[in-house]
Amino acid sequence: MRDVFTSTRNGLAIPRSRVATVELAEFRAALRTRIAAGARLAAFFGSEESDGLALYAILAEDQESTLDVARTCLAESSYPSLTPDCPQAHWFERELAEQYGVTPAGHPWLKPIRFHDSWREGSRVWSGPDGGPPVVGVTDFFQVEGEEVHEVAVGPVHAGVIEPGHFRFQCHGEEVYHLEISLGYQHRGIERALCGGPHRSTLSQMETIAGDTTIGHALAYCQTIEALSGTKPPARAQFLRGIALELERLANHTGDLGALAGDVGYLPTLSFCGRIRGDFLNLTASLCGSRFGRGLVRPGGTGFDLDGREKEELLEKLTAVARDLRGAVELLWATPSVVARFENTGAVSREDARSLGFVGVAARACGVEIDVRQDHPSGIYQFAHIPVATSFYGDVNSRALVRWLEAQQSITYVTEQLGALPQGAVLTKPGPLLPDRIAVSLTEGWRGEICHAALTDADGRIARYKIVDPSFHNWFALALALRGQEISDFPLCNKSFNLSYCGHDL
Amino acid sequence: MGTYLASIAIHEILLLFMPPLLLGVINKTKAVFAGRTGPPLLQPYYDLARLFRKGSVFSSTTTWVFRAAPAIGLASGLLAAQFVPLGRHPAPVSFEGDLFLFVYLFGLARFFTATAALDTGSAFEGMGAAREVSFGSLAEPALILGLLVLARLSGSLSLGPMLHDPWSAGWLTRGASLVLVAASWAIVLLAENCRIPFDDPNTHLELTMIHEVMVLDHSGPAFGVILYGASVKLFVLGALLLHLLFPFGQLDPGLDWIGFVAGMVFLAISVGVVESITARLRLSRVPQLLVTASVLSAFGMLLVVR
Repeated sequence: MRDVFTSTRNGLAIPRSRVATVELAEFRAALRTRIAAGARLAAFFGSEESDGLALYAILAEDQESTLDVARTCLAESSYPSLTPDCPQAHWFERELAEQYGVTPAGHPWLKPIRFHDSWREGSRVWSGPDGGPPVVGVTDFFQVEGEEVHEVAVGPVHAGVIEPGHFRFQCHGEEVYHLEISLGYQHRGIERALCGGPHRSTLSQMETIAGDTTIGHALAYCQTIEALSGTKPPARAQFLRGIALELERLANHTGDLGALAGDVGYLPTLSFCGRIRGDFLNLTASLCGSRFGRGLVRPGGTGFDLDGREKEELLEKLTAVARDLRGAVELLWATPSVVARFENTGAVSREDARSLGFVGVAARACGVEIDVRQDHPSGIYQFAHIPVATSFYGDVNSRALVRWLEAQQSITYVTEQLGALPQGAVLTKPGPLLPDRIAVSLTEGWRGEICHAALTDADGRIARYKIVDPSFHNWFALALALRGQEISDFPLCNKSFNLSYCGHDL
Repeated sequence: MGTYLASIAIHEILLLFMPPLLLGVINKTKAVFAGRTGPPLLQPYYDLARLFRKGSVFSSTTTWVFRAAPAIGLASGLLAAQFVPLGRHPAPVSFEGDLFLFVYLFGLARFFTATAALDTGSAFEGMGAAREVSFGSLAEPALILGLLVLARLSGSLSLGPMLHDPWSAGWLTRGASLVLVAASWAIVLLAENCRIPFDDPNTHLELTMIHEVMVLDHSGPAFGVILYGASVKLFVLGALLLHLLFPFGQLDPGLDWIGFVAGMVFLAISVGVVESITARLRLSRVPQLLVTASVLSAFGMLLVVR
């Protein structure tokens, strides 16, 4: 059998010609076999090329630290869906149908996910009510029938200042039979805007794919550009990037732990964590002047350096904030009424987490030991390892616990790396992008695996740029977690995942 | 006669003006526990003043029930308060059997609030109404059984004489059953006033609310009336519980009023402390705690009828 897959690694670019093009049937069979054997579908996307619509699948082999790329070409506007055999592909295939107007025949629940018009003129899979492009939120929803079943619709406008999303619950009394999530309200067309790039505005756009994951996405983008241009960022920049990534994780995990306490009405942790999250954001601001780390990570290194005095201050503040955080968070597990609310709420099974390809905190809380920092290390993580925190039960308590364990690891990690900061420059100017390359870059953002994949054309411009935010994998986990739960536990479950709407909607 | 009229006047003044202060005290206590400064003590008054200055929006799908509910809720709370003596002073209105009217005035208010919620046709409000009514029906027995214990002890079916009794005779001879009733009523106080661990008055999450979600569609003055009515309910039930906890009637009349106000503030602080150190119950556990309250009252009853 011919080799369907071409192996590469995180943050490396290979010539596109090395990726073999195989027949669709072979492509499907190979994906099925490999995914059944434990590989994860990190990205699955289309690209319009000279020989038609090419489909790329990127499989992450977490044990071998390899990323395996396969390519096939679609001749027709329909192909047999992968989803019935590989449920991991279900969201990707809906995306593909929406972007290129190809129908995955046999997909169990084919409907738009972002409600934008097809990128290929005249090949819509769905139309809106007036025959035009689809209208966001207007689609079929799964329905449970019966006299005692009622439907509750929440959003897209919510009572709090949060992002828009529509949630449709099928309930029997207080019990949720099924939850369906419909997003797409924040679609901005980021992937398409990158074609022909990188442009001057590209880095800023990458930083705002999900505003709370600025460092994570910017880092994934910069690694891609560095791979495509053959640039090696200096060691000092790699350290600063790792420190910033962990600070981002700390700020968000702290905020989430506080918000989880708030959702069960436990005020002390809510208030303290709200303040401490701000302290962590300020530490990031002391690196680069922006609380969200805007402008810090740049292709070729970082935009800012840290002098000796700033480093000492950072260490000093970190120690103080870490102490406060411990006090605030340990209250949670010392309060029985909080633990009673967290435990056995919104459990996701380990089998589901594996077969549906969940990533990040949501997967680790089910005992799935995946973490890009360990499995596909890049930058500083190649040299300084960070332990993976997992839990077992997959419930709200496990997700909270994983966050707390990770926050503690991150504090230790940042402290160590600040102490070991190498000397030297922080920026190597990147050259032009090499033509006809494909690069895949993964980073472990605070929500989970961020995957960026890029193809360059013959002129060294970006021909196709694919972004997979961890939320894209994990929104379905929330729907699963709600099955058989009380509807009043939805906000708590939702917060325990805390997924990004705009990261999903791109 | 002059002192009687004066005490009635003080009763009405306290009833009309003190309730929002209790909410202010609760919020301040919670803020202190959370390490925050918190809103000013008088914030609930400012909120009410703001709401009363606003216009109201009424959905075109609603009927007169929706408009009547806030007024009925407030009126029944104020009327029920006429039967409850504050401290040692007599209640403005008192007759044999008024305890049943007292209990069912709250039932009336609940009926109209829930009906108004159903009137909007919103999925959220229907959900809230279902929760409120099912939990209300579990809290009611606890309150009534507790009242019957006092009725048995005092030999009266009127709230005035009943509530004066515990400290004149009851505590000395029947302390055990009064402790049980006090515990039961403390639970009822939290449940009926939508406090943690039953409901979270501060949440913005519609799906978790019980009482708040029923009044989502009310706005402006109508909403102000609902908030004020809710604080009156807290005041009245608090005054009821206070009779079991504090020895009114041992002091001179003036000091007694001060003792009453201090007692109410203490009660509000206690509610704030409970809210600060516990999380909300899972909704499916709420009935269990309410049934516990009824069982406590029932045991209290057993002890006095044996």
